[in-house]
Amino acid sequence: MPDEVYVFREDWSLHPKGQEEKRRHQAKVKEAIQKRLVDLVHDESFILSDGKTIVKIPVQTLDEIHFRFDEGKNEHVGQGSGGTRSGDVVARGGADGGGGKGEAGDAPGVDYIEAEVSLEDVEAALFAEFVLPNLKPKGTPEDVSAVLRFNDLRKKGIWANLDKRRTMLNVLRRTQKGKAFEGGAALGSADDGGGFGGLQDGARPAASGRTPLQIHADDLRFRTWDDDVEPETRAVVLAMMDTSGSMGAYEKYMARVFYFWMTRFLKTRYARVERVYIAHHTEARVVDEATFFQKGESGGTICSSAYDLALKLIDERYPPERYNIYPFHFTDGDNLLQDHSRALERMRALVDRSNLVGYAEINHVSRRSTLYETLAQIESPAFRMVRLQDKTDLYSALKRFFSEHRRSGA
Amino acid sequence: MDTRRLRRADDDRALRTAIAEITEVAKGFGLDFFPMRFHIVPADVMYAIGAFGMPTRFAHWRFGKAYYKMKMQYDLGLSKIYELVINSDPCEAFLYEGNSLLQNKLIIAHVLAHSDFFKNNVYFAKTNRKMVDSMAASAERIRRYEIAYGEKRVEAFLDAVLAIQEHIDPYGTAREDGFWWERHLDGGSRAGGSTADRLKARFRAGGRVGDPGEHEAPRGRGETHKDARRPGDYADLWALVHDPPTRFPPEPEKDVLLFILRYSSVLQPWQRDVMTVVHDEMRYFWPQMETKIMNEGWATYWHQRIMRALDLSPEEAWEYAKMHAEVVQPSRATVNPYLLGWKLFEAIEALYDDPPEALYRRGVRSGSGREKIFEVRELGSDVSFLRNYLTKEVVEALDLFVYQKQGDDWRVATTDWEAVREALIRQRTNGGFPTIVVEDGDFERSGALLLRHVYDGLELDARYIEKTLPYVYALWGRPVHLLTVTCGKAVRFSYDGKAHTREPV
Repeated sequence: MPDEVYVFREDWSLHPKGQEEKRRHQAKVKEAIQKRLVDLVHDESFILSDGKTIVKIPVQTLDEIHFRFDEGKNEHVGQGSGGTRSGDVVARGGADGGGGKGEAGDAPGVDYIEAEVSLEDVEAALFAEFVLPNLKPKGTPEDVSAVLRFNDLRKKGIWANLDKRRTMLNVLRRTQKGKAFEGGAALGSADDGGGFGGLQDGARPAASGRTPLQIHADDLRFRTWDDDVEPETRAVVLAMMDTSGSMGAYEKYMARVFYFWMTRFLKTRYARVERVYIAHHTEARVVDEATFFQKGESGGTICSSAYDLALKLIDERYPPERYNIYPFHFTDGDNLLQDHSRALERMRALVDRSNLVGYAEINHVSRRSTLYETLAQIESPAFRMVRLQDKTDLYSALKRFFSEHRRSGA
Repeated sequence: MDTRRLRRADDDRALRTAIAEITEVAKGFGLDFFPMRFHIVPADVMYAIGAFGMPTRFAHWRFGKAYYKMKMQYDLGLSKIYELVINSDPCEAFLYEGNSLLQNKLIIAHVLAHSDFFKNNVYFAKTNRKMVDSMAASAERIRRYEIAYGEKRVEAFLDAVLAIQEHIDPYGTAREDGFWWERHLDGGSRAGGSTADRLKARFRAGGRVGDPGEHEAPRGRGETHKDARRPGDYADLWALVHDPPTRFPPEPEKDVLLFILRYSSVLQPWQRDVMTVVHDEMRYFWPQMETKIMNEGWATYWHQRIMRALDLSPEEAWEYAKMHAEVVQPSRATVNPYLLGWKLFEAIEALYDDPPEALYRRGVRSGSGREKIFEVRELGSDVSFLRNYLTKEVVEALDLFVYQKQGDDWRVATTDWEAVREALIRQRTNGGFPTIVVEDGDFERSGALLLRHVYDGLELDARYIEKTLPYVYALWGRPVHLLTVTCGKAVRFSYDGKAHTREPV
């Protein structure tokens, strides 16, 4: 007497459980990034690779906290393939718990997740906190540029616009699907397009071994575009740096990190961001990026020379009516004393012409230089000063520059 | 579209036929399972259910993490779940939609044995067989708390509760009837959550458990009894003068979660409700944790017997052999419960089919192997299963060994079968979790909570103690302490809401 057999094939597409949980989990990862921003900001792998690397951060908040045994001290049971004797090595472990225990999937100790963090993730978290203060409308309405945006995929299109990567992905996806579930061609083909039916009847891949990859018409993907018009916005960063003898590699790295994030941030707000590097000691000159960050020079410091050059560049090439101007000056504050009054006057002129002027002083002593005190007389929401002692200060420095309200210097 | 639907209908028809056939065979073997309901589901649903342990459980990022991990392994082709089965009546089983018919046959056989185990093993006797619905209801309540109090706040509270969720008394009835010692406080009246504060106040006021004269302490502490037995006419008065330090609770209490739920003075009603949800779910899952090796072994033993009884084509037999080999594949660093359990059941059966002299004399009939394994599946848990039936022969056949960290490397410490057995038993004791008890709920008369780790040779991870104590503090609202042993010495870890301390005792 056979019982009733119950088989259910319901529509699970509305079952949100897994996705909902993934969202909660990802919110946790985001939180972890937020907490580590101070360190991530000066992570060399971002700065030196120009942002193409992915950095792994251990996300400790994802740890499932409970009372647990100390796996490093305790005994475990394993299984060999015969003839195991005491003293045999099961796994070569690193210093950290069971981290290096080879194949052991759920082996003791492996209970933290390394979240992969890309530059975009860090930017998203970092820039969410930034604002661009003192925005002034620039340029005329004619300053528009026509843009072609490739922003859609279709199954039919011009061959020249074939998206090879996506097409191959589709081929692989289709062919591997059958294999992965071992059902072979017989069962796994439920999702295949109709055109592939021939393969099932003829060649059985399971029996004949490998079949060459075939690109089917259904796999093709073409990129298509929209015409887009966007008003052109331009910004220029006038990066000034003291290259006198007292600015070492560490100070330069700090400046580099700062300019890296600053440029990336400005790029999210402006269609075009130009950069001009001004190196100075007693004289200022425009240099290329590599020279700017690497080359050291000796001699004294006259800051006003850099400000002079910046003003000249603004007058000649970057009229404030058309450009959003961001001059930033990195120095150790060790300026020639007689130059202070002139530096102050020049700096005032710069502030008048610019959206935001930054003055960053990097040194290890915990007091302000006389130049800092002099420049602090400028009272304008477009002028901001900061002192950096350590690279962990970079994050707060960035935040101070890109915030709505001016706070007094450190 | 239409051809696909037709093919699907064909598949389902073939599956129904297979289910009917396998069910018959299984019943013929004497398996006794719940009515079965099979669901065919896509991969991500499979993983969602796997991560939650239940299709209807409340939401928490922990499950999201498990889901993420499983799904990633699946996407990378590292592992996949063929089947999931839920301890319920009727028994719900989930089959991955990409399974072939043959794979499904094996899985159905496997699942029927699980269902038989759920239905007949004594440890499952009190589990809630309508848990799918209960969990749906409690998930809904927790969802409402999230709306009322904010997702963050509920999540943070769940973090704290889940941190101590293993520390329950899985087979106790204190959730329904109150702790046994509570009856001696209140003239035997049932103590519900609402009376907790009153009870505690009574403690503070001096009402004592085990006070001679007032009640007969059923299992009072030694000291109390000594005083009570002091000879002389004024024994009762002496007892009052030499007031022995009273304990709250009178005996160490294993159900830490429930104790905090009933006696913490900082919990809101909704928080107590969340704790009861976690407590109920933990009680429901506990027998599965304690019978992992047996349950998987039983299912593996039976899918093999049943598949052998089916009429398989040569191709199917080959595919079956491959899949079975995958299921019982050994791994070097852990013991595969499917393999170990299966081999143990086979060893028991062989032993009782052809009992040696000693057993024979104790009345074991030859050929009683099948009968014996049914008895073992009814009465055993992993600990008793290993203690009674893991033999030298099995340990050697499977080449099991004990390994340990020596310097930087993990090395085999011994292959002695008794050492292997003891290490396995220790790992399976208390579901594999440390045993922690409430030693004193009013430590140093300050309302602090003193927990004690019942040390049996396995030390706790000190870093995790310091991470967990703040959660306990959040639940208890007063300083918390944990007694344990590290590096062979008794130590007390404390957390007072601000700082950790660690001192030798």
